[in-house]
Amino acid sequence: MKRTRADTEASHRKISRRAAVLGGVQLAFVGGLAARMNFLQVDQADQFRLLAEDNRIKDSLIPPARGEVFDRNGVQLAKNVPSYRIVVKREDIGDVDEALERLSRVVRLDPDDLERALTEMKRSAPFHPITVAENVSWEDISRVSVNAPALPGVTPEVGLSRIYPLGSNFAHVLGYVGPVSDYDLQQIEAPDQLLLIPRFQIGKVGVEAKQEDRLRGEAGVKREEVNATGRVMRELDRREGRQGADLQLTIDAGLQNYVQARLGEESASAVVMDCETGDLVAIASSPSFDPNLFVRGISVADYKGLTENTYRPLSSKSVQGAYPPGSTFKMMTALAALEEGMAQPDETVYCPGHLEVSGRRFHCWKRGGHGYVDLQNSLKQSCDVYYYDLALKVGIEKISAMAQRFGLGVRHDVPMSAISEGLTPTKDWKRRVHGQEWVIGDTVNASIGQGFMLASPLQLAVMTARIATGRDVSPRLVKSVDGVEEPSTAGENMGLNENNLRKLRSAMFDVVNDRRGTAYGSRIIAEEMRMAGKTGTSQVRNITAAERARGVISNNDLPWERRDHALFVNFAPFDKPKYAVSIVVEHGGGGSSTAAPIARDITLQALYGGEPPLDAYPSKDRGRIETQQEQLRGVRPMADLGGSDQA
Amino acid sequence: MSYLEYTVKSVPAGFRKILYLNWPLTILLASVAGIGFLMLYSVAGGSYSPWAEPQMKRFALGLVLMVMIGMVPIWFWRSISSVAYGVSVMLLIGVEFFGSIGMGAQRWIDLGFIRLQPSELMKVTLVMFLAAYYDWLPPSKKSRPFWVLIPVVVILVPTALVLRQPDLGTAILLMAAGGGLMFLAGVHWTYFAAVLAAGIGLITAVFQSRDTSWQLIKNYQFRRIDTFIDPSSDPLGAGYHITQSKIALGSGGWTGRGFMQGTQSRLNFLPEKHTDFIFTTLAEEFGFVGGLSLLVLYALIIFFCVISAVNNRDRFSSLLTLGIALNFFLFFSVNMSMVMGLAPVVGVPLPLVSYGGSAMLVLMLAFGFVQSAHIHRPR
Repeated sequence: MKRTRADTEASHRKISRRAAVLGGVQLAFVGGLAARMNFLQVDQADQFRLLAEDNRIKDSLIPPARGEVFDRNGVQLAKNVPSYRIVVKREDIGDVDEALERLSRVVRLDPDDLERALTEMKRSAPFHPITVAENVSWEDISRVSVNAPALPGVTPEVGLSRIYPLGSNFAHVLGYVGPVSDYDLQQIEAPDQLLLIPRFQIGKVGVEAKQEDRLRGEAGVKREEVNATGRVMRELDRREGRQGADLQLTIDAGLQNYVQARLGEESASAVVMDCETGDLVAIASSPSFDPNLFVRGISVADYKGLTENTYRPLSSKSVQGAYPPGSTFKMMTALAALEEGMAQPDETVYCPGHLEVSGRRFHCWKRGGHGYVDLQNSLKQSCDVYYYDLALKVGIEKISAMAQRFGLGVRHDVPMSAISEGLTPTKDWKRRVHGQEWVIGDTVNASIGQGFMLASPLQLAVMTARIATGRDVSPRLVKSVDGVEEPSTAGENMGLNENNLRKLRSAMFDVVNDRRGTAYGSRIIAEEMRMAGKTGTSQVRNITAAERARGVISNNDLPWERRDHALFVNFAPFDKPKYAVSIVVEHGGGGSSTAAPIARDITLQALYGGEPPLDAYPSKDRGRIETQQEQLRGVRPMADLGGSDQA
Repeated sequence: MSYLEYTVKSVPAGFRKILYLNWPLTILLASVAGIGFLMLYSVAGGSYSPWAEPQMKRFALGLVLMVMIGMVPIWFWRSISSVAYGVSVMLLIGVEFFGSIGMGAQRWIDLGFIRLQPSELMKVTLVMFLAAYYDWLPPSKKSRPFWVLIPVVVILVPTALVLRQPDLGTAILLMAAGGGLMFLAGVHWTYFAAVLAAGIGLITAVFQSRDTSWQLIKNYQFRRIDTFIDPSSDPLGAGYHITQSKIALGSGGWTGRGFMQGTQSRLNFLPEKHTDFIFTTLAEEFGFVGGLSLLVLYALIIFFCVISAVNNRDRFSSLLTLGIALNFFLFFSVNMSMVMGLAPVVGVPLPLVSYGGSAMLVLMLAFGFVQSAHIHRPR
């Protein structure tokens, strides 16, 4: 085919034109790319730089060691012990099934754990360590270590786990720790990142929960560079955390062990408070439970056993229980009347065995009556009519106000769970809560600690300590944090008439030490240790007129849950009060028969700081005490377990 | 007797031809390849193996190939262009039967010393054949329907074969390059308008075919389109490529994070970091300045090709040069659009920079034709 020069020129011009058009389009496109590059790399650079850092940097927390808890003498109550677990990395173990088979020949593996580990292994990256067994014994760990050459990719790891050496004796005080639950997270407004660590444990109840902030410490942070698959390439930065603070409690472990043992299997609680300082040296509730079970994860059967027990072992009765204080409240009624000038200690009231108030008959516990009684005699014999009379004179408002000054109806600031506020009723309260007017009968009932009146053993101990000292001493459970003493709660003088207080104490002394006192049987013989106290027997049922006509049924003939609560409060030594004690034995019968002996034994134990000499007891009790001491020695090894840490 | 033949005497002969190479173009190509070596060295964590060293060897081989092809007179290449086209089509059919599977698509023929991607070769031989066709076709006939239909068939045959592999990216590139060449040759603009309309219709059809028995493209390609439209819909799955790629680019900022300091590539957040996504590493480590420099180098390569073509009175030579330049443009612009999140993720490497033997050699072969056209241009 021939071509002419003109043809060629024409087509060349055409091509050049078209090339210019296409070149222009290309240039425009290149410009567009440059603009896009500018947008991404200049305008949005900061945002993408952040995203890139997010990609590559993984911050992980280093959990702090939880603070440990000691008693006032340094006995360890809660400690961290190394716990061993076996960890495998898929990338190192080769054939998974075969490797686990080999491992199971060395240590016993739980099939459930194993199954969970296998599913976890399938989901995660091969270099990710998977726990196949937890809480492995030291023997098993040693066996794994010895067989290490045959078990590539299997490594024993050590962590910390919480144990409570004194077990059930401190269950209600310390509580226990457990893994963070979804519920826990919901409760906290801005949860610490630490709580999100799998298997991280926090305090669930008791001191462990209430002092969580101090015990937990602060997490360290490990900043690592990871690649796209999550493998750690190198550590970029590390900030060490702060270990949790060690707590020293005011509790005396030896005494606590004794108290818990002395309460035995009764549904009872006891508080021993140092009157001078407010220190709670023992605060016990029985029956108790082993908190270590909860740390490891309690079995359904065990848990059911605890919740279905009618004696409510999970309930911390010493602070949580709210009982009608019964006659132990009489000191408050008396003091209210005395302080208001409505009564004089020596004035007498005639007790015919009952009191007629606005058409209703209120009985004294003694059908025949006590005759003419003054403060001293009324308290000693626990005459009810005397207090009905005082209460009618002074009124409920003054009585409740006085009770509040003595720590009843007040939620004490003690780091334990479910602290009860108790109840000191007022006219306004009844109107507000029950929508009913206060009637005079309510006042009469309240005067002897019945009716609406409610108090916890802790509150009763505080009340007793305040009577003993005249100071508004408050309970203290934490003695020091990391060796730094907590503020004193010894309190100030309450500004009460010292003469009235002295009369009251003297009456309480007679309760125990006068032959006609209700707690004479539980007196202390040792001169310098003698105690003053008050019995209480609070009804949990109404005694109907018909019942009364038939004759009140004795407690022993009633089903357990309808029997009276037995209460006792005391302080000792009388001359220089050191300890205030309160005891409540649920449905225990009478305060003098059931509660007072326990209180006396505990008081002596506290005062002597160990096993008291037999001659401190009344001679007729010594035989019984001797066998009791014998028995209690048998249940002491728990204390020895704690003691061995000091050695 | 063509126009060329009576000007042959003024064409340089023997090894003197080397002096007449398009040197600016050669230097630009070497510069871009040099950037490629640097990036491959970087993504390997500061090591010549496994990518930088083979790439350098291939580039050296490619450079020799380019010069050798450049020294062969352009009319020889014109005379074998139909054979080259035919062979390429045969090879494409060949991968249907002997191809290896890579990345879910059948693309390679293993020739022993090199794994050849016939679709790469096809991009060059297609423009070569079309250039020869329009060189042969009298200009007066070029817009007649019959003479337009022939190149359309020539384009669609390999496109269809490539689409079967399936390699949507290359198919689009083939159509764009072929169409571009027809445009350069001077085919009347109404045809392009018609094709554009038809193209829009086809895209609609492709989307309509989704989840039907006559589905035209593979599901993964649909998913890529989906994530292109909304990458955030699947940040760890299909959208991962684009999201991570944009993060890498963006985090580079003005001047980048420094050579071998790109965390996105070094820590494997970037997929295909040594092949299709290598630009992200460059942009991350050298920033906007680095990325723009490469873009300018690419634009200059196109520019020098266009200059060479416009100054060449031989129709085959200028069409071929422009066609190869267009191919080259399509290569890098599609790749860059892809990594910048402007286009779906289709497997198109960054020319001369991405690791890959057959792409590199085919590209150098193509530039050999450009050199040949330049050296043997009528004077």
